[in-house]
Amino acid sequence: MKPIYHIGRYFLLIKRVFSKPENLKVYFNQFLYEVNSLGIGSLGLIAIISIFMGGVITIQSAYNFTSPFIPRYAIGLGTRESIVLEFSPTIVSLILAGKVGSNIASEIGTMRISEQIDALEIMGINSAGYLIRPKILAAMFINPFLITISMFLGVFGGFLFGVFSGACDAEKYIFGIQSFFIPYNIVYALTKTVIFAFIITSVSAYHGYYTSGGALEVGRASTKSVVYNSIIILVTNLIITKLMLV
Amino acid sequence: MIEIKNINKTFGDRHVVKDVSFKFETGKTNLIIGESGCGKTTVLKLMVGLHQIDSGEILYDGDNFAAKKQKEQQEIRKKIGMLFQGGALFDSQTLEENVRFPLDMFTDLSKAEKMDRVNFCLERVQLTGRNKLYPAELSGGMKKRAALARAIANNPSYLFCDEPNSGLDPKTSIVIDELISDITKEYNITTIIVTHDMNSVIQIGENIMFVHKGQNWWTGDKSKILNSDNKELFEFVFASDFMKQFFGK
Repeated sequence: MKPIYHIGRYFLLIKRVFSKPENLKVYFNQFLYEVNSLGIGSLGLIAIISIFMGGVITIQSAYNFTSPFIPRYAIGLGTRESIVLEFSPTIVSLILAGKVGSNIASEIGTMRISEQIDALEIMGINSAGYLIRPKILAAMFINPFLITISMFLGVFGGFLFGVFSGACDAEKYIFGIQSFFIPYNIVYALTKTVIFAFIITSVSAYHGYYTSGGALEVGRASTKSVVYNSIIILVTNLIITKLMLV
Repeated sequence: MIEIKNINKTFGDRHVVKDVSFKFETGKTNLIIGESGCGKTTVLKLMVGLHQIDSGEILYDGDNFAAKKQKEQQEIRKKIGMLFQGGALFDSQTLEENVRFPLDMFTDLSKAEKMDRVNFCLERVQLTGRNKLYPAELSGGMKKRAALARAIANNPSYLFCDEPNSGLDPKTSIVIDELISDITKEYNITTIIVTHDMNSVIQIGENIMFVHKGQNWWTGDKSKILNSDNKELFEFVFASDFMKQFFGK
């Protein structure tokens, strides 16, 4: 019965999150704050991971594509497809589930145990709407930009490390990343990104919002949010892939 | 005025609040006192709707708060200011932003008018010039005063204070007590304070409810409390040797 209880309570929370706001201007300012906090604050981490992962994908592709029947430009093509279809939208979202998700759960959880959420309620404010909605909307807005940047940096990292390590030559790599491009793949990747952004923020917020107790429970909520986010993202990834690609 | 009539609350199989009734008068400092775990904070949380009552009535100037829907309760809550035990200031906001928050949310005041009100409230709690400090940079007493400034920012009709003196030294406690008492008189609001601090009781207790085992055990004021023959109240009031010796009990 516990999973049904949590699913029911999660959807009731989401209903409260998207009920009519008390003051649009305050909510919009909070949205901008969250765009900066959740989005821009994650840019550095995403850039570093994308460049290095792009490099690793390229070198591994070069290592595996040894057959004379596979053209060398396939290394660039394979790197681009891996990054656009899976690495940037899914793996980066999983990384964000760890960074942003635990941050949201612990922030809201701490607000709960220090009675800051009660203080909002007493003022007559819908605390769920005020605290969670800007985070969800900010992540759904900014994550597609982050993932797009991640795609570019991943492909660039592949070029950088592939060429400088001698795994592939520059001309063939560039030809590879320009070949057989299917624009729909970007639609697929960004659709996944937006859905994952919703999952990361809402599931983490749910765990934080219903924290009770003390510091130990805040830590637990943070850990639970990462675990549940990861599982839900992986399952959703499979469902979206089946629906959009097959 | 706030009146509670026969309110009950059960958590699991524990009957925490049993048939409690009381009138909290406007313009007076109304105190809910009792030993730790007796249910006084629960009564306060029931009154503001942080917990739902099982039965009974909570009347805000005759308006039954407990019978209202969540949205309607929110309208009454806009008239409530609350001082939490730990202050409950928003960590990510400066003192000024904390006090301005209810004004931003619910008023159409201009920026200058809001700033005037913020500065007035901070001055009222003796925190002038501390506008840009964050809660983490404040002492315990300053946090309580800042929270009080936020509670009164939107001109509340009802002020709730949960253990306003906990963790404070006696001198700072008196400052907080006097502030709350002065604000109550100045704005003619209904103030409800939950406390187990006897200094507060003697200092500002104008209308007191003593809660024992979840029940309204005794009611009166500070002049009557020292001479009451209620056994449980006597044990609570004169628990310390100092009180016994000072009042010759």
